[in-house]
Amino acid sequence: MDKQILTIIIGAALVTYFPRMLPLVVLSRTRLPDVFLRWLSYIPAAVLAALLAPSLVIVEGRFMLANNPYLLAAIPATLVAIKTRSMALTIITGMVAMVFLQSWLNI
Amino acid sequence: MLPHEKTMPSTLSPSTITLFIQGMQAALPIVIGYLPLGFAYGVLAREAGLSLAETVLMSVLVYAGSGQFIAVSLLGSGVTAAAIIMTVFLVNLRHLLFSASFVPHLRRFNPVFLSMVAAQITDETFAVAINHYSNHEAHLPYHFGLNLTAHAAWITASFLGGLTGDLIGDPSRYGFNFALPAMFIILLVMQLKNKKTLLVALMAAVFSVAIAVIWPGNWNIIVATILAATLGVILEPWISKS
Repeated sequence: MDKQILTIIIGAALVTYFPRMLPLVVLSRTRLPDVFLRWLSYIPAAVLAALLAPSLVIVEGRFMLANNPYLLAAIPATLVAIKTRSMALTIITGMVAMVFLQSWLNI
Repeated sequence: MLPHEKTMPSTLSPSTITLFIQGMQAALPIVIGYLPLGFAYGVLAREAGLSLAETVLMSVLVYAGSGQFIAVSLLGSGVTAAAIIMTVFLVNLRHLLFSASFVPHLRRFNPVFLSMVAAQITDETFAVAINHYSNHEAHLPYHFGLNLTAHAAWITASFLGGLTGDLIGDPSRYGFNFALPAMFIILLVMQLKNKKTLLVALMAAVFSVAIAVIWPGNWNIIVATILAATLGVILEPWISKS
């Protein structure tokens, strides 16, 4: 194997592993203050929204609202998610909508 | 989520194997999303000059989608090893938040197991597990079933992409490009329990898009999340409970 590539792989693996591991292992041994726990309780909703929103409105690096298949496919997927609370149905709806929208919008 | 979870008698403690299989099943939507992404990574890695073994090794050891994409694209354009490693570090810093969020659910387990669970934290496995733990007790076999299945899909897809070295058609033609956004939609809907979480999610969405537009490079996720969650705590007294 190429030495430089191997260095990059091992270095990248280490700098990725430590942020994943340290909070879980270190904080599990301490008592967490109540305000921190309340802060943590907002993280899942915040992270999901922070991950989702750009994936819907930023297409190939550009902010895009009109003729955007991601944003349009999100509408039926969200309705199905709210109505059924089923992950399988939501994903299938979203993917099928995406196939139709892409051919309709000619993308 | 899964039909059999509801019918599982709550008085009986489910066996290790049952929990592990439950975790594997919970990983299914992630697998659907990872297959085309991992495949694309494999193709790009080979184009950037990695061997098939190096391509797969990176998926085994680093296992972080955007980090790997960035690493191989920088490698292809001749950036130094130190700069690449630093960039991957910054891109993957958001895992700090995921790891900390697992603490209340997983703290009672042995730190050796926790250090293993932590190795396979990704955006997607975090989202599925934290959602599961909001109404189920945490179990390590479930978590390992989820993590190992998702990671196996990522490794397999990288291998196939690296082996083929070329895209077999465009996976977005079959809607695969919407598998992960759709998964985030349903997980977010299930997290919105009251006005407070709705407000935090809205703020995070707006901040994330705004930051991504003015400041490209993945910072949007960690900065938007911290800002929105902090504002959520500060604004709590003013938001009526619902």
